[in-house]
Amino acid sequence: MRLAPKPVQTFRDDFTYTNSDEAIKRFPFPFPEDEYMYSVNIEPHTLPGPEGSVYEHLFDIDEHYLSEMAERKQVLAENPKRCLAMDHMDLACWDFIDRAMTTMSQDYPNYFTLEKDGEHWTWENKLLGIKDTFTFGDSRTLPQPPMEYMGCQVQGDIALLDQRDNDLFMDAGIITCPADWSLAFDAGMSFSQWHGPVPLAHEAGIFERALKYLTAIPVDQPVRRLNWTLTINARMDTSPETYPNWGTDRDSVTPENVGEKVYLRVELQVLDRMPRSNALMFSIRTYLISMNDLVTNPEWAKRMHRVMKTLPEELIEYKGLTRYHPILLDWLKQFDLEN
Amino acid sequence: MSAAMKVHVSAIRKVAPTIKEFTLTPVDGEFFPFSPGSHIVVEMQADSKTIRNAYSLLSDPMDNRQYRIAVRLQPESRGGSDFMHQEVHEGDELTITPPNNLFSPDWRAKKHVFFAGGVGITPFMSYIPEMLRRGADFELHYMYRSTQTGAYVEALRNLIGERLHTYDSITSSRAEIADIMAHCPQGTHLYICGPESLIDTVRYRGQQTGWPASHIHYEAFAAPKPGKPFVAELKKSGKTIYVPEDQSLLEALEANEVEIPNLCRGGVCGQCMSPVLDGDIEHRDEFLSEKEKSGNRCIMPCVSRAKSSRLHLDI
Ligand code: FES
Repeated sequence: MRLAPKPVQTFRDDFTYTNSDEAIKRFPFPFPEDEYMYSVNIEPHTLPGPEGSVYEHLFDIDEHYLSEMAERKQVLAENPKRCLAMDHMDLACWDFIDRAMTTMSQDYPNYFTLEKDGEHWTWENKLLGIKDTFTFGDSRTLPQPPMEYMGCQVQGDIALLDQRDNDLFMDAGIITCPADWSLAFDAGMSFSQWHGPVPLAHEAGIFERALKYLTAIPVDQPVRRLNWTLTINARMDTSPETYPNWGTDRDSVTPENVGEKVYLRVELQVLDRMPRSNALMFSIRTYLISMNDLVTNPEWAKRMHRVMKTLPEELIEYKGLTRYHPILLDWLKQFDLEN
Repeated sequence: MSAAMKVHVSAIRKVAPTIKEFTLTPVDGEFFPFSPGSHIVVEMQADSKTIRNAYSLLSDPMDNRQYRIAVRLQPESRGGSDFMHQEVHEGDELTITPPNNLFSPDWRAKKHVFFAGGVGITPFMSYIPEMLRRGADFELHYMYRSTQTGAYVEALRNLIGERLHTYDSITSSRAEIADIMAHCPQGTHLYICGPESLIDTVRYRGQQTGWPASHIHYEAFAAPKPGKPFVAELKKSGKTIYVPEDQSLLEALEANEVEIPNLCRGGVCGQCMSPVLDGDIEHRDEFLSEKEKSGNRCIMPCVSRAKSSRLHLDI
């Protein structure tokens, strides 16, 4: 059974965010092996995926829906530039609207409905109390610009990548819960530019191959990968723009509070071809779980320890774990004594 | 690879002396809308072999009730255009891939100038409705020989009026490419689809006069040309495959259940690149650099072949 969205919890200040037992059970634990290896690890995102799992639907709506939508509104109020769409991306935004409304109304009929009368569409979002009638493709008929309108109704960040000259360019998006990257900074950049800083990846020719693969993704055959990092506190918005708010959190980890302070942050990244614009939708759905919740699963606890133990120095640094990595490792050891 | 889709051939009509237009409708379900410049690959079951050719979609991209393509009868073809012209009838079923796009307009352009040669008009037929919807600035220079090609001139004249410039080599003078290019305002993007000579002329002129390469787009793919037969030995699968003169290496591999990623089947997209261990390659693609070509270490099997009688591939 999928859990209904619960009342709003916070991802900042008093951090009231919690995971239910159900949410812990379906958490996308990202480590298939004891040793962590960087790889692009892309696989087909065949829909529907296993029932109840985060892979079941194109857009995963879970118990954190209201909380994440409230957080997004707050981030946008503080900095409207976290949502942008260049002029030439208008049609791509409508592709995204079509994909989101069509699949969400089919996948969650109790929450969302869509009625189409030719180009006249009526969309109802019962969770947020939204009901609008508009002309498909005509941005003037929406109460907000299309990217913002739909982006504020799906969990997870969305980027729309324009494809030209055999490359991908981040020309539209709504990015309010990034793992330390910025839309304002990456906007307009090509795939290789925005992936520039990842260590260990360039040498292997990984990105050339990945790009070739990504530019060839056909319609209706989305692909996915998991990415991960660690975050201190259940903070969704770890963007460079707000670094002053969270950068020093890393110093607050102690052997006593590591279980509640350190969160594994997993991104389910999905790439899906937009048919009318040929843009690629890049959705980044973030899941957070505290170490205390994670170790309720003994297998995960063990593996987490082993992965942390074998993580290469460059990645510890790149992911910003340097300051508390030894404390975390010590603490995790109690769940993996033979190692 | 893209999931195959079954389609009905719901109408066939002659749109020029050597060009037939095919209207395709879904056997079940719905077509996807597509982006301007997209193509599909049509799979044809000819007597002894399967032929797969890429064709640009020429219908309005927003119309998902049907797809339309146009096929020119090519005198020296390997059978694909022959098959479409002689063997396919209204009511038949065909298999196609969903649309893919390797020739998308750059919507950031201040102005779009199209050069179409003969049946190369097809991708622009899908550009124009979207250009009109967006109110984009564009013009079309359409070169053809009315005894053979020149499809859709009347329809285009009604649709875009002054923005259409036609050059019928039977009756009128040739297009002054250099002149047209010289009059393009800053920020113009050029798009060319037609015979190699047309593409070369525009690109060469562009190079000479300092056009940024990123502002010149062209679609060069034509069906692979026949060549000498040869044998391909595959190291990883251990297979030995005979490639007859009228089949491409890619087609021969597919006929032997060796799947290779591919999109354009015309040597431009780069998807089919395969490593070569031994043997002389006759490169016919647009994808590999000169250096990669002379390195003799990889081949684009959708168009390229062996110079020698044998090719040893690392697949
Ligand atoms: S399939 Fe595109 S280059 Fe061979």
